Amino acid sequence: MKGQEGNNPEEAKTRTIAVGAIARVEGEGALRVTVKDGAVQDVELRIFEPPRFFEAFLQGRHYHEVPDIVARICGICPVAYQMSAVHAIERIFGLHVEGSLRELRRLIYCGEWIESHALHVYMLQAPDFLGYESGIAMAKDHAGVVTRGLRIKKAGNAIMTLLGGRSVHPVSVKVGGFSRVPRRRELDNLKDELLWARDAVVETVRWVTAFDYPEFAPDYTCVALRHPDEYPFNEGRIAAGNGPDISVDAFEQHFTEHQVPYSNALQCALQGAPYLVGPLARINLNHDRLPPPVTQVLADTGVSLPLRNPFHGIVARSIEMLYALEESLRVIERYEPPSEPSLPVTVRAGTGMACTEAPRGILYHRYRVDGDGIIREAKIVPPTSQNQGRIEEDLRLFLPRVLNRSNEEASLACERVIRCYDPCISCATHFLKLEIQRDQ
Amino acid sequence: MTSDGTAGETGVKCASRETACLSHVRVIGIGNEWRGDDAVGLLAARRLQGVLGDRAEVVEAGVTGVELLELMKGAGTVFLIDAVRSGQAPGTIHRLDASAGPIAPALFPRSTHAVGVAEVLELARTLGVLPKQVVVYGIEAGDTEVGHSLSPQVSHALNEVIELVRRETDASPCTNSIS
Repeated sequence: MKGQEGNNPEEAKTRTIAVGAIARVEGEGALRVTVKDGAVQDVELRIFEPPRFFEAFLQGRHYHEVPDIVARICGICPVAYQMSAVHAIERIFGLHVEGSLRELRRLIYCGEWIESHALHVYMLQAPDFLGYESGIAMAKDHAGVVTRGLRIKKAGNAIMTLLGGRSVHPVSVKVGGFSRVPRRRELDNLKDELLWARDAVVETVRWVTAFDYPEFAPDYTCVALRHPDEYPFNEGRIAAGNGPDISVDAFEQHFTEHQVPYSNALQCALQGAPYLVGPLARINLNHDRLPPPVTQVLADTGVSLPLRNPFHGIVARSIEMLYALEESLRVIERYEPPSEPSLPVTVRAGTGMACTEAPRGILYHRYRVDGDGIIREAKIVPPTSQNQGRIEEDLRLFLPRVLNRSNEEASLACERVIRCYDPCISCATHFLKLEIQRDQ
Repeated sequence: MTSDGTAGETGVKCASRETACLSHVRVIGIGNEWRGDDAVGLLAARRLQGVLGDRAEVVEAGVTGVELLELMKGAGTVFLIDAVRSGQAPGTIHRLDASAGPIAPALFPRSTHAVGVAEVLELARTLGVLPKQVVVYGIEAGDTEVGHSLSPQVSHALNEVIELVRRETDASPCTNSIS
């Protein structure tokens, strides 16, 4: 590597290359890579975190305003923010949302997973494997495939629109349940499209498993919720690889945040080390909770779990889309409208925390509420800041393979690694610029 | 004042007077109302609802990306209003005709939008679902910090854009019938 770099006198100088915003990553941020004597010295992912601002913004607000405010932190996963918020506050008030209301919360989460995963699989990551610079470029040659992806996404959106009350920011989620619940007939109307989407996602799994993947298998500590019976959405304890089984109440004792000098985001570590959250971690820890129709597709397509290659994130997302569609159809089939759309709330002072499975991984919220229902303290740990250390570590491992390429090509390779994580930078960062500095 | 000097030019045409108006006009405002100047498109849509009455269907899209494809569906003419960032002074208004060809993707901030507006319009063009007439009003954003309100320059531009869109829809030879 050293020799290759030294062959070109121009490359012997320090070079800094900014390639602008990283394409197909939600939001903004910056990556700076320093290379010295042909070896990677530093990898710094700089992100800025609106959730930190929202934590302050929530203070002094009434608890019933929280679901609407947190839904606006991220345009991609508003339901996740709402779910973590309402579950945390319900714990303070001693509320247990069960039965049909609980099922509806699983259903709206399915909608968000389908929508978010379809966008990432079809528009953001597939172009990397098929050699296109963007989803738009891919659409020119594969209009049918892109149209299929957008229709799957729309099926997820239809669930969110029906349950959330509108298509963009769901407004009906509230502490205790929903402001309105659907009639049976309204849910039945979704079925045909969901059945179509289920078949289309089986095709998607076949499609993505046929891609060529680079050999890459870092040693991950996977972290995800784990529930006794279900593939997790809103409940469960936190499983961390082969390590401790952690109660959500103890999240902050095990997962510590620390400031890094190059970013205003806090990086989260498990006992001082980076860890992985998101679809890959979730499926590795919960594949025994997948129902037979999904495991059958895994067997048919030769997917062998656990998945260790971050590039296989696209496979994990496709499988989770299939799970979310199966689960949606199950909930709709058995749905009995609850007698009331929400449980009565008795405000009481206290602190409550919750962790739910956002499309990109566990999302932790903690609130302290006073006796008048006013938020006195809020803490939000989004999945992207939890994965931040893991992304840097992956880049450190992957970069030596591409250092002999031009800065432009190396930058593109870095982007591909970053995109594996589907970093939802709109909830964690601003404009992402990539910079490689080579010192000889 | 707009960056290309074409403000006020009508983008609304009725393809047929005999049948129902084919140029169903839709105004879509995009933005995050919690992030300072990024809210401008959303606020414009909110105010245009009262100003335009039944001359156009107005959609407050909030933070949106690929969903724009669906939001534009069925419209003959679309006015998209969004915050942009190109390095010009906050409050500068860009009027871009997306029907004529691609608009500069670099103008649109990615911060709160899933996939940029320019990219979604190109996707729509590629898939053959771009409405006949798409006019984008981009307002240069300054402060987009969470919890801040609109900057004075962008507040001024907001008033101007409302007037520009009102004039463009006024020039329409037909109105929508919105049930």
